[in-house]
Amino acid sequence: MNPFKYASQIPELPTISPLLRDIIVVVVISTFLLLIAIVLIWLMRKVIARMQKRVGPNRVGGRYGLLQPIADVMKLLSKEQIVPAGADRLAYELAPVLIVVASLLVWAVMPFGPGLIGVDLNIGLFYIMAISSISVVTFLLAGWGSNNKYALLGAFRAVAQLVSYEVPFILATLIPILLARSMSTVAIVESQTVPFLFVVPLAAVIFFISSLAETGTTPFDLLEAESEIVAGFHIEYSGMKFAMFYLAEFLGALFMSALFATVFLGGWNIPLINLMLSLFGVQSIDLSAMGIAGSILGLIVFLIKTFFIYFIFLWIRATWPRVRVDQILSLNWKILVPISLVLILVVAVLDKMIPEGTNDLVRAGILLASNVLIAFVALEIMRRNGRQRRELIVDSGLVESGKQEVVEAAPLH
Amino acid sequence: MVEQVLFVLLAIITLGSALVVVTNRNLFHAALALMVTFAGVAGVYITLDAGFLAMAQLLVYIGAISILIIFAIMMTRRLMQAVEAPFNSQRWLGLFGAVVTFAILAVVLGRYWSPQPNVNNLVASIDPEILNGSVARLGASFVNPDAYVLPFEVASILLLAALVGAIVVAWPKVEDQS
Repeated sequence: MNPFKYASQIPELPTISPLLRDIIVVVVISTFLLLIAIVLIWLMRKVIARMQKRVGPNRVGGRYGLLQPIADVMKLLSKEQIVPAGADRLAYELAPVLIVVASLLVWAVMPFGPGLIGVDLNIGLFYIMAISSISVVTFLLAGWGSNNKYALLGAFRAVAQLVSYEVPFILATLIPILLARSMSTVAIVESQTVPFLFVVPLAAVIFFISSLAETGTTPFDLLEAESEIVAGFHIEYSGMKFAMFYLAEFLGALFMSALFATVFLGGWNIPLINLMLSLFGVQSIDLSAMGIAGSILGLIVFLIKTFFIYFIFLWIRATWPRVRVDQILSLNWKILVPISLVLILVVAVLDKMIPEGTNDLVRAGILLASNVLIAFVALEIMRRNGRQRRELIVDSGLVESGKQEVVEAAPLH
Repeated sequence: MVEQVLFVLLAIITLGSALVVVTNRNLFHAALALMVTFAGVAGVYITLDAGFLAMAQLLVYIGAISILIIFAIMMTRRLMQAVEAPFNSQRWLGLFGAVVTFAILAVVLGRYWSPQPNVNNLVASIDPEILNGSVARLGASFVNPDAYVLPFEVASILLLAALVGAIVVAWPKVEDQS
């Protein structure tokens, strides 16, 4: 389907050696990411402020506070970097560097547009999971290197949460891999004639929740919230080193939004528009066959989708409360992992049973029905479980059955 | 030519960090050097065109086993800067064992390994499509009765036993009511 693999092979551009092309791609992607973090900081403050009926930054740089992130960066640059006494220098200095490196490395396989990708690995999604699991180590380095009991405790909790939520993350990502028959991100984008959000919505939900937990975003942000053991594992970091952790958090959230857009919304492709066009009998738009214009259009579509999902991340951040650490872990092991295991089984079996030549829409419909069924059964089980618990508390006589508020405050699991 | 340079670089990184692991006095730094060793091995896998195996190495060894090792170190050491002698009285026996193992491996692999599939080899021939990085063929060979289904199933039983053992060990003790 794709006449050329990389944008550098577009006939209109001058031919360059592959090494030069790789260097240019690395420089462009890294610069783009490090600069877009500034936009993300501004976006976060404005969006959350508006959702809380405030105005947000409106002093620095005109009426909309457009230069506020510059002020933030300058403040962080000018802070004194206090290294705690007895800190393990190797671990302490290495942690911020490694976390930014890991946050930047994963972007190598993100398809920004047709032909606009760092490297099209045939194990693209697996590469992403491997780098994400490496970044878990950096939290341990930060916590241990700070020579601080509370940093260490925060690091333990962070590692427990991250390692636990890798399991449903990987399992939920396996389902689109199954449907697309390939781990390559480009193949997943191109095989979404119906966006996978409408084919396996339960996998999308599990992926979304796990990505919230993997990046340490609300409601799972006890990793670095200021009220949780005084900001957790990065207590002892100040100035630019703290800025590295801050930057890695934003890049991680943006990456998860981009990954969701790629895997479940159709990436740079426009599957819904193509479906509607095929209903009217018009030939579908193939962005990968349109040269430079197609690449730019695909990039714009991809960015729109990514920022829409990022807006949902911010929306959740502005409105939902934080989840307790034992509730986080029990949510993962008792709910997400069993559901995702059952889902993989059901989707794999159904996908094999559906004969090869059926219409994509029919396939999507069958898988969608199975997803809704599994979700309904899971919710019913959780409801029964919750009702059992409430009855247990009321029966034990600890609480009169009229006192609703104490019963509602019972622990989740 | 580039591959040779890359391989030599990766070998230096791997062996150097392995040396740091066994000779460093600070246990935590030794664990960090172990992670670098694992990363070096993953790099060697990449030069051998085994991308899937390299990523699996990163995911399993660095993402899980190293973290477990670091947790064990953190929970059993009283001091942050653990300064202890890296060698004990059995170091010469250990060195002898390592040299003998290396000699055996070198002889066996040098004499009996061949990159071409050959029925006279002691080592089973590997499907060339798997060598080209096809993950689908790798997955198919895991469940093919003529290929690797038996080691695959035995490995999963081993993992199940480990899981059950972990749950049994971590189960809270039931208090006696008498």
